[in-house]
Amino acid sequence: MTEPIFELKDIVVTVNHGTPEQINIMDHVNLAVFPGDFITILGSNGAGKSTLFNVIGGNIPVSSGQILLNGKDITSMSVERRTRFLSRVFQDPKMGTAPRMTVAENLLLSEKRGQHRGFGPRHLKTHMDKFKQITSVMNNGLEHRLNTATGKLSGGQRQALSFLMATIKRPDILLLDEHTAALDPQTSQELMTATNDQITRNHLTCLMITHHLDDALKYGNRLIVLDNGKITYDISGDEKDNLTKEELLGFFSDIEE
Amino acid sequence: MSIIVSAIGQGLTWGIVGIGLFLTFRILDFPDMTVEGTFPMGAAACVAAIYSGASPLVATLIAFIAGMLAGLVTGLLYTKGKIPVLLAGILVMTAAYSVNLRIMGRANLSLFDKPTMLKNHFLESLPPYFDSVVLGIVVVAIVTALIVYFLQTNLGQAFIATGDNPNMARSLGISTDAMQIMGLGVSNGLIGLGGALVAQNNGFADVNMGIGVIVVALASIIIGEVVFGDLTMNQRLIAVTIGSILYRFVILLVLKLGFNANDLNLISAIVLALFMMFPVLEKRFRIRHTLAKGMTKHD
Repeated sequence: MTEPIFELKDIVVTVNHGTPEQINIMDHVNLAVFPGDFITILGSNGAGKSTLFNVIGGNIPVSSGQILLNGKDITSMSVERRTRFLSRVFQDPKMGTAPRMTVAENLLLSEKRGQHRGFGPRHLKTHMDKFKQITSVMNNGLEHRLNTATGKLSGGQRQALSFLMATIKRPDILLLDEHTAALDPQTSQELMTATNDQITRNHLTCLMITHHLDDALKYGNRLIVLDNGKITYDISGDEKDNLTKEELLGFFSDIEE
Repeated sequence: MSIIVSAIGQGLTWGIVGIGLFLTFRILDFPDMTVEGTFPMGAAACVAAIYSGASPLVATLIAFIAGMLAGLVTGLLYTKGKIPVLLAGILVMTAAYSVNLRIMGRANLSLFDKPTMLKNHFLESLPPYFDSVVLGIVVVAIVTALIVYFLQTNLGQAFIATGDNPNMARSLGISTDAMQIMGLGVSNGLIGLGGALVAQNNGFADVNMGIGVIVVALASIIIGEVVFGDLTMNQRLIAVTIGSILYRFVILLVLKLGFNANDLNLISAIVLALFMMFPVLEKRFRIRHTLAKGMTKHD
């Protein structure tokens, strides 16, 4: 058995502490992520999917519990430090890119994710060939728009760029937060296919929140369902491969397809 | 003629203030009110340093540092103290008034018989008012070149990204707090530097000379943008200085119409308001269309 690359141990996040509205939005969550895991995450609104990602990313502090990276405690590590091993793509295409900077400038920024940035010149030109090659993988014309301000791209191109920015420097853990949800169905499918290609080809360890049951079934080697701040189902391997949509629907009734 | 040369000289000197404000107002997207305190602080620090025997060059650098320290305080209040940036700036601006009085020991100080950067053989050998033009060009060129270089470094790109999308910047491991503190520091340093040069130009520092500075600096930025339209970052920096000179011409014109110096702040505000409303006015009255028509021959 391989060691987990990343672990959540008995994580509790309490909000409105000490008031009548006190509630655990993360309720004793345990999760061990193994190298190469591609985990799809389902759950209704308010189930704790975003909270889970914010706990992993360090955006919200945990009330109790432990977060381990390769066995080392990183529970109190800052958001900025965690970006050394962690990258994230958000649902909103506007969240992941700098609109007034060009595509190439955005890529250059992301190449130094988690690293020191000093007074050395940025050397944009020497990176252009590499950027052209990387962007052409997405099959959506991004490679012809390297010098375009990101704000002028289509939502699909912008989100494809966000994905590339999250993976250009290989992350130990990649978090995809419904990254295709804001796109039209066709663009969404294209980006999802490209995403899956990249993840499987590069053996990335990835957690992906999705609202699409089909995507959750089709992609990844493991599926977890969140409900009321708890992980209610966690299946992987053959068991996941043989899972049908009907069975999955039985896991929870109030999620919309 | 000499009045135009004088306007260019003032425009160049105030261009430094415009460039300083550009860093916060346009790049970080901050309305930083600290400038109304750091501009006279730079002037006060420079004049006080000259009084205590420092060379004008050293005194001017001290003004930069004084402005920068005030900007750092605003940055700390905003990032670590979680005070909204507008209010943080107003707090430091208000406090700066007292600090400036402490620095000078009185409300104003004259440089009448003191050395300044303008009082040397070369600059004094030039025709009237050309001294401030030459000094202005040199300082603006140095400042612009340094900022242009900085913005092309990895740190500079992180700084731009922080202003453009702080969430993304943080997710790439950029310490947005550090970038914002640095931006406010450098910005206010440049504004202090501008205050020092204006004080040496005018021959005095006054504790009230900060009133309206933000409007003048904003006018430089906005006029440059309205006149030149879409530009690259480097071109925009240069456009600020040109906008600053154009602003001086507009003021000159208005004064020629019979207004006097007491009306200046009113005029500044109106000029800025008009330029900021330009996109709306243009849509409504088709200004560009009319201008273009006025430039072509009758057929």
